[in-house]
Amino acid sequence: MKKYSVFSLINNAFSYHQNWDVAWRDPEPKKEYEVIIIGGGGHGLATAYYLAKNFNIRNVAILEKGWIGGGNVGRNTTILRSNYMHNANNLFYEKGMQMWRDLSQELNYNVMYSPRGILNLAHSDAQMNTYSRRGNSMRLNGIDAKLLNREDVKKMIPFADFSSNCRFPIFGGLFQSSGGTARHDAVAWGYARGADDHGIDIIQNCEVTGFDVSNGKIKGVQTSRGNIKAKKIGLCVAGSTSLLAEKLNMTLPIEAHVLQACVSEPIKPLLDQVVTFGAGHFYCSQSDKGEMVMGGDLDGYNSYAQRGNLPTIQHVLTEGVALFPNLSRLKMLRTWGGIMDMSMDTSPIIDKTHIDGLYLNCGWCYGGFKATPVSGLTFAHTIAKDEVHELNAPFRLDRFNTGHLIDEKGIGTKTWIS
Amino acid sequence: MLEIKCPYCGKRSQNEFAYGGDATIKRPKLNTEVSDEEWDTFVYYRKNPRGDHLELWQHISGCRQWFKAKRNTATHEIIETYELSSNKEEHS
Repeated sequence: MKKYSVFSLINNAFSYHQNWDVAWRDPEPKKEYEVIIIGGGGHGLATAYYLAKNFNIRNVAILEKGWIGGGNVGRNTTILRSNYMHNANNLFYEKGMQMWRDLSQELNYNVMYSPRGILNLAHSDAQMNTYSRRGNSMRLNGIDAKLLNREDVKKMIPFADFSSNCRFPIFGGLFQSSGGTARHDAVAWGYARGADDHGIDIIQNCEVTGFDVSNGKIKGVQTSRGNIKAKKIGLCVAGSTSLLAEKLNMTLPIEAHVLQACVSEPIKPLLDQVVTFGAGHFYCSQSDKGEMVMGGDLDGYNSYAQRGNLPTIQHVLTEGVALFPNLSRLKMLRTWGGIMDMSMDTSPIIDKTHIDGLYLNCGWCYGGFKATPVSGLTFAHTIAKDEVHELNAPFRLDRFNTGHLIDEKGIGTKTWIS
Repeated sequence: MLEIKCPYCGKRSQNEFAYGGDATIKRPKLNTEVSDEEWDTFVYYRKNPRGDHLELWQHISGCRQWFKAKRNTATHEIIETYELSSNKEEHS
């Protein structure tokens, strides 16, 4: 792999940028691999990358039904944060935040990491108390958190509704200054280029149609491009997890739901941070192109459709306008949807399964993007060592039987109830 | 916008309804010995099919009745809705 640098940029300018190397190959699938990762999204690509880099396992294929980065890694609102309450989540996501800081250098690919800060707004005294508790929990785990009062918030986002007759007045907020955004597509492409550089085969347009299991051990997969053998297989298919699990006669504590997001027409720089509305479910940031990137609730019914309906968009944007009245003048550029693998305690599952050699990475609900590096790191560890990493040890599948749930919000799949 | 046919009120817009989830889940019988596994399965585990899905809805801003709907989770098409008391065979 030729490194990207200012010199390679100048060099290629002389040939009018016609001679850049391809970022990753388009190989034919081999008959057998040591490890197969199903799903060429952020988590799958990152897992393959760390399998090669940290464990020197390079005989790996990533099988992707469509094209890499076409699923949730290209459909999220790009928010990075680790502002959780429970230790398991705090430690896991904060490791991710540390990885984001160096990711562009690590991958030699600009993921446009932007630690612009994330501000969760509070609209009552009770909510301020909750945020103070959560902030303390974060600080005990070494994560930066700052409780802001109304005046602090007003300095940050003066165009929010601070009027006296506002329905949900802003009391203050919890600010994580290391939170922010990253360019989601670049994350997928950067990991793909890095994985390919380590000799990993990225096989697109290759749908897994079945599994070969004998004597409780995984032997390989049947795909639309032929049968492929493998000693170990990792599932990284987010919203489609239940469908593949069904082929293995597994039922999971997961429901598929559609989550929509939208962007406005681009405007001049307005919003410096990521801001969430605390009296409902609305979050907003401004992209480098100037679009306001917004999201909120799930549509609220089981769905595999990757598109939702307008009532939810209207509901979410009503909250947006309640927070930022000036949003009401903006035109919407586009909306889209992605399929969330909603786990029953709203926390992910990274684990081995009862089938020897089959590993599971799912249940990301709608917090998967920020976890991409740390999910890849811990899942690669789980696959390579056949045991969970200390960071994903709390995120095992059997917690739904042992009662060790990580119920950060206690709302499970019905997040619209909060 | 989904249009959902309430068995009692007829076709109304999605705004009037609340979703109640998978209707095929059966609560273990009362006053019988229930194993942990049975209980966990009832509480947490879902078939989560892509395609026809039998589910509960409530006409919460209308007659407030609960009813069942057979809906396609891939296309959002609502195939039919009927009263809870209806003895139609449940898919599984």
